Amino acid sequence: MSDEPVISARGLTKRYGDTVAVDGLDLEIGRGEVFGLLGPNGAGKTTTILMLLGLTEPTEGTVRVLGLDPARNPLAIKRRVGYLPDAVGFYEGLTGRENLRYTARLNRMDPDEAEARIDMLVDRVGLADAADRPAGTYSRGMLQRLGIADALVKDPDVLILDEPTAAIDPEGVSEMLDLIRTLATEQGVTQLISSHHLQQVQEVCDRVAIFVSGRIVASGTTHELAVGGAGPERLELRIDGGRDDLVRALEGVPGIDDIRPGRRPGSWEVVVAREHAGDAVRALAAGGVEILELRRASEELDEIYRRYFQEVTTHAG
Amino acid sequence: MPDERMPPGWPIVARKEFTDHLYSGRFVALLAVLSLAGAGAVFAASTGIRSVAPQTVGIPALFLRLFTVSADPVPFALVVFIAFLGPLLGIMFGFDAISGERNQRTLPRLVAQPIHRDDVINGKFVGGLGIVTVVFVALTLFVAGIGIFRLGVVPTPAELARLSVWVLAAIVYVGFWLALAMLFSVVVRRSSTSALIGVSIWLGLALFGNLAARLVARLLAPSGPGAALAEARLETLLARISPMTLFSEASSALLDPTVRTTGVVTLAQLDRAIISNLSLVQSLAVVWPQVVTLVAYTVICFGLAYWAFMRQEVRA
Repeated sequence: MSDEPVISARGLTKRYGDTVAVDGLDLEIGRGEVFGLLGPNGAGKTTTILMLLGLTEPTEGTVRVLGLDPARNPLAIKRRVGYLPDAVGFYEGLTGRENLRYTARLNRMDPDEAEARIDMLVDRVGLADAADRPAGTYSRGMLQRLGIADALVKDPDVLILDEPTAAIDPEGVSEMLDLIRTLATEQGVTQLISSHHLQQVQEVCDRVAIFVSGRIVASGTTHELAVGGAGPERLELRIDGGRDDLVRALEGVPGIDDIRPGRRPGSWEVVVAREHAGDAVRALAAGGVEILELRRASEELDEIYRRYFQEVTTHAG
Repeated sequence: MPDERMPPGWPIVARKEFTDHLYSGRFVALLAVLSLAGAGAVFAASTGIRSVAPQTVGIPALFLRLFTVSADPVPFALVVFIAFLGPLLGIMFGFDAISGERNQRTLPRLVAQPIHRDDVINGKFVGGLGIVTVVFVALTLFVAGIGIFRLGVVPTPAELARLSVWVLAAIVYVGFWLALAMLFSVVVRRSSTSALIGVSIWLGLALFGNLAARLVARLLAPSGPGAALAEARLETLLARISPMTLFSEASSALLDPTVRTTGVVTLAQLDRAIISNLSLVQSLAVVWPQVVTLVAYTVICFGLAYWAFMRQEVRA
């Protein structure tokens, strides 16, 4: 049982008339894993999530969540899966606490138990002071926090978060990411996070999939994705010296493709064949160049993302 | 873990809807308007009844006259007033049932909870009917109280039974408008548009329904002997398409034991008829078609709303 993936999809497809929203998606998420579904708006992320929850019927393919079929056992799945929808909303006339209480009732929770849990959750998402104000007075960011508390009311085994960091301030984002990490490590909650904001989400995800136009174009850990790329390595350096120093030190190193100014001011970018990246770094050190900073430019997820995204669009065009 | 083990979800939704309505401004406003108008109508009616009381000893079901008689200065009887304003009650509690969830973006969150999708619309309909029941029972008791105070007549068990059946019919009548308003709230995205469509249909039927029936009857009626009778029958038939006519006719027979038919009656048919009171069951038999049609209207409307809602995508 524990070896079975918590969420799995095989050949999942959703068509609306002629448009294909999700195209033959294969997905497996293990217990306690934090999985990022990354892609631009309109890639089909929300449609995928709705199919996992049994809220929309797949045109083709199979889905299993916690070993169950959403089409046949929707209630059992929805009892154990917490869901934060994209741009979540609440009943404006009810207070934050009353909104959560309704969710607890819909989950047939014991009222006393629910009350204690709601107290704990509003505190945890930083809404303890606002919990008894009508939700209509909340800011977008507060609604988002309340949404997280709402998804956690039922004490879920699986958490599906659709754009959890949208509309919240940077401090809120880092709190949100801490919460996600804590839930995964301390309570073993399996999480699926959809986002178009790559940098925010990459640090908490065990694995990510890049999702463009209804298809996964790449998946794996962020490291695997960076290495898995076919292109050359790009080293971004800041050195005490100029381009000439670099050229001199790297003379004779095989596979050097280009030495050019980096994207950040004052930095340089050395484009080198993947297998010779180590040689280049050693040559720099041996050549007496003082390296102030060195990193692999291609490890940034948004770089990878941009690359895959461009590949897909150029193939499509 | 099979789904069946969980208790049904619609009572939870219904309870929330009922509570929301109960604390809403529109509930207070409607109750105030209905109570004021009801009190006015009954006060006038009771005054009218008192003034003619000496000559009319032995009126059958005197107490129920409170509901059916109009007198100066209020130009309408309570039942007429309910037939007219009842639709507003249904529209007020139904026009934003689903569109409100969409506007507040609560629908995806709601259907992601362990309930079936139809629990949402069923619960909302039941919650709405619940609040309508509260309004009618409160109004009827209020009016009856004024009546007892003013007339000094206590209703008989038979009258109470008639009154109860009438309240049930009124709930079904308002239930039709509730279902209709909910249908628009499913189909139309904006709550304001949904409310406007509901109100237009209500006012259109109330103000022009009978007029339209008369015009169409005149156009279609055959000429020759018996034309007037045929035209009158056709007009009655056409008017009965409107739920307002159906409810008015049902009310008249349910609240007045002397009413023996709701159709067109010729003088010849009245010749040597013996005036006597009908029992409740007999009165019910007279307007059974009207009652059944009202129930059917409600069921059809709710069925359409249900069907449309189940076919919609969760995402707006």
